[in-house]
Amino acid sequence: MKRITDEVMENVEILAKLELSEEERKKAAEEMEKMLQYVEKLQELDTEDVEPVTCAVTLENVFREDVVTNTDRHEQMLANAPVSKEGQYQVPKTIGG
Amino acid sequence: MGRQYETVIGLEVHVELSTKTKIFCGCSTEFAAKPNTHTCPVCTGMPGSLPVLNKKVVEYALKAGLAMNCQVNQVCKFDRKNYFYPDNPQNYQISQLYLPICHDGWIEIPTETGGKKIRIHEMHMEEDAGKLIHDEWEDCSLVDYNRSGVPLIEIVSEPDMRSSQEVIAYLEKLRMICQYLGISDCKLQEGSMRADVNLSVREVGSQRFGTRTEMKNLNSFKAISHAIDGERMRQIELLEEGKEVQQETRRWDDNKEFSRAMRSKEDAKDYRYFPDPDLPAVTIGDEWLERLREEQPELQEKKAARYEKEYGLSAYDAQVLTQSRILAEIFEQTVQSCHLPKKAANWMMGEVLRRMKEQNLEPEQVRFSPGHLAELILMAEKGEISNSNAKKVFREIFEKDVDPKEYVQEHKMGAVTDESSLTKLILEVLAENPKSVREYQEGKEKVLGFLVGQTMKKSRGQADPGLVNRILREQLARK
Amino acid sequence: MTQTTALKLGVQIRTGKISAAEAVRLSLDQIQRQEPQIHAFLNVTEEYALKRAAEVEEGIAHGRYTGPLAGVPLAVKDNFCVEGIETTCASKILKGFVPSYTAQAVKNLEDAGMIVIGKTNMDEFAMGSTSETSAFGVTHNPWDTSRVPGGSSGGSCAAVAAGEVTAALGSDTGGSIRQPSAFCGVTGIKPTYGTISRYGLVAYASSLDQAGPIGRDVSDCAAMLEALSGQDPKDSTSLNRKDLDFRRYLREDVRGMRFGIPKEYLTEGLDQEICDTLKEMETELRKAGATVEYFSLDLVEYVIPAYYVIACAEASSNLERFDGVKYGYRASDYEGLHQMYKRTRTEGFGEEVKRRIMLGSFVLSSGYYDAYYLKALKVRRLIQEAFLRAFQNYDIILAPAAPQTAPKIGESLQDPMKMYLSDIYTAAVNLAGIPGISLPCRVDSRGLPVGIQMLAGHFQEGKLLQAAYTYEKIRGEWKLPQGQEV
Repeated sequence: MKRITDEVMENVEILAKLELSEEERKKAAEEMEKMLQYVEKLQELDTEDVEPVTCAVTLENVFREDVVTNTDRHEQMLANAPVSKEGQYQVPKTIGG
Repeated sequence: MGRQYETVIGLEVHVELSTKTKIFCGCSTEFAAKPNTHTCPVCTGMPGSLPVLNKKVVEYALKAGLAMNCQVNQVCKFDRKNYFYPDNPQNYQISQLYLPICHDGWIEIPTETGGKKIRIHEMHMEEDAGKLIHDEWEDCSLVDYNRSGVPLIEIVSEPDMRSSQEVIAYLEKLRMICQYLGISDCKLQEGSMRADVNLSVREVGSQRFGTRTEMKNLNSFKAISHAIDGERMRQIELLEEGKEVQQETRRWDDNKEFSRAMRSKEDAKDYRYFPDPDLPAVTIGDEWLERLREEQPELQEKKAARYEKEYGLSAYDAQVLTQSRILAEIFEQTVQSCHLPKKAANWMMGEVLRRMKEQNLEPEQVRFSPGHLAELILMAEKGEISNSNAKKVFREIFEKDVDPKEYVQEHKMGAVTDESSLTKLILEVLAENPKSVREYQEGKEKVLGFLVGQTMKKSRGQADPGLVNRILREQLARK
Repeated sequence: MTQTTALKLGVQIRTGKISAAEAVRLSLDQIQRQEPQIHAFLNVTEEYALKRAAEVEEGIAHGRYTGPLAGVPLAVKDNFCVEGIETTCASKILKGFVPSYTAQAVKNLEDAGMIVIGKTNMDEFAMGSTSETSAFGVTHNPWDTSRVPGGSSGGSCAAVAAGEVTAALGSDTGGSIRQPSAFCGVTGIKPTYGTISRYGLVAYASSLDQAGPIGRDVSDCAAMLEALSGQDPKDSTSLNRKDLDFRRYLREDVRGMRFGIPKEYLTEGLDQEICDTLKEMETELRKAGATVEYFSLDLVEYVIPAYYVIACAEASSNLERFDGVKYGYRASDYEGLHQMYKRTRTEGFGEEVKRRIMLGSFVLSSGYYDAYYLKALKVRRLIQEAFLRAFQNYDIILAPAAPQTAPKIGESLQDPMKMYLSDIYTAAVNLAGIPGISLPCRVDSRGLPVGIQMLAGHFQEGKLLQAAYTYEKIRGEWKLPQGQEV
């Protein structure tokens, strides 16, 4: 069964925000297909009543108190922006603002 | 006569919580004039930064959930909602999908035919996005992350509403609950309360729901109302023409009063939610819930019922006085000091509301001390001040929170109750009006009114009319 | 200097035999000699190091730095943020990024008086097993410069092996400390998940990433681990452990200790000399009074599929923030927002990173989540349980660090699938969240070091260190490759 159809690949590129050439896309689809075929092995296991591991520690209720602790370092952070203007990060026009 | 349609509406309401700091970092949530000054590596999605949950957000969400009769997921988790947009610095939003904090609740809204229960499907915690400002000059957008990471709860209703009136009533109820709980100021215009409207239409009597659309960017009751009416008509027209309604997201344009489908291949609506590995589960023990239940303030319905019972107010008065927790508190504190609930209610509903309306004030902008109003009520009750002067003094209390006793003394507005000084005044009036005195003695009782009036005038309104009447009769009898 | 250890260097500094500045100088000299052949560093922070050396010297004099590592130069993998120093994760997309904050792991080592001397090369965003996926050139193995140092912490391990530093900081998501340590003949530890703060460590796969020390020997690693560990209020997954006095366990004693070797690890894929090394170790540990048994570890063949699904899924989300808006690279030619995103990411990320992002996006996407991602999370639970069962019978599991010793440069990248499979002995440790150490045992017939892993149950770093320390004594002196001494 082919999993990675052209349609799936197109969707993956949209989700991952990547732009591949025809050739790259073909190669990527093949590699992914191969990997997924291998991953298919997981289906051999019965996991019906198994609790998934969603966090690697068994901690719970790790909280902060509602106290302001941060000082203003925005200039230092903003200095990393590829394009900025008037203390803000500049991006191409978004729909509706 | 064409077919009859019914509108089916469900709401997704975002409420900004009024915590001091953001949901996952120690940045202030206060309004900042300068963009990006309330930001840190966490709320700007810097590499290597990690979220740590603000406990108060959980408490506020639970308070809201309890007030909305929800079930609590005693183990809840955060999930990442992945989508690229510049106001979302990590390009994923930390939200809750699989195990939201609360689910299956309801609130009751007033309708013309009585109370109606609107069911709440679920309620979850999440982080707000930054603000995008369009820069006309360079035709680009600018991002300010001050709002990024401000805590939100999203309240998702069941499709239980049938008109824009019900939607507005629902929103007003949510707002009232949040304000009572002190967890948000819920201002639509300022974005601290935002509603997305899911709407479909179906023929009356049909059991199946029609295809729904989702409308975003509704930031006033007016916009919500207009958007609902417009969308209802649009869908009915489509159906009447034999066309189908497309399931889509539509964006409301407030200026054009028109909604437009947001269709873009790049906005694939596949959020790839998965549990956030950076945040351990939140476990809400029975003890914690019990404590919150005990701490819950008296909400509007209970308060109104108590006002009727305890203070003997009418149902209407009790409703009006409890619309805002702040006003209800002012009322209760006034009653506590003067022990005259009905008088206090009259003052609140008369003078206080009138002045607020005149000046377009919100309850939290009201500044006077309830003790001063109570004092004034007592002074009026004891006849130490005339009613018309009391209203004048109240204006000063409302504006400048003056102490009524001091103010009245200073401005000589007190009713003259000292018999000797009043007698002196009256003797003057009698001396100045010998003709009226004669007429009175001849049996023309009605000139008494004229003489009272003259005395009042001479006292610049400060005299107690009852007392004036008595002394006048005594003095005239002596003549 | 090049054959000394961090602790010995620390003693010399504290006793005034050499100053911290001199230690930095010696390190810089060796870096200058070695870098043309090795390229372990992406950025040598000479100015920063010398400034810090002065501070540390003063701190030592005033009793502010009393620890055993004060004044010792440190190489830091380039996925740890250091305030004011460029941090790239060996990716073009982060080129020029200068953080305004320091990773807690680095801060802890700095608080112990260590001196950051530079940022080391790695596989781009730690995705790779050879350090060849770096956007800024490959690192060469100091034992044989035609070979890779392993990865992804290849630069840190190579820097220690080349004698450029005595100590380095690495990160381990699926073996990224233990495998290059084995390839480079150095010692590296991945502690129990949650022991070291991840704050400021640029995330690859958040539920698997752990920082860890890389050094010349077990004692150096124990001392560094002590300094590194501790709960951090900025990392919700960091643990409040009380048992952090790791140097206490540096005892030569394995009597009564139970070692287990999973039979499933000794398959055809494993290099014969590595297999022999394990057997040799078995004999020696028995002689020292331990018991060693072969046993069956369940689910070994499911480790790699589960690992890659989970790691790629988390990576696809963690790497969404690299979009040309807030920091790093932005494409120059684009029209509109979405093309800006796509071009920036397509041009900014290397091939391996894109491959994993795409796989991760797919397994999380609607319609596939349950079959792939959720399934992998459940299998992860089963793998954890398999280890728990094993540790009921054994104190320590012995395992290879990799199926082979260091491969030639260029060999591994040809077949990504094969590269993924080579993580078979290391990735399970991250899925289970348990601690593991990799330490050099001998040199194979090609003159390459062979490293073996020891694994222990959650929070059993003490046992692990004791076993490793004892074996290290049995093994005897370990010399760094002499060929590189100029």
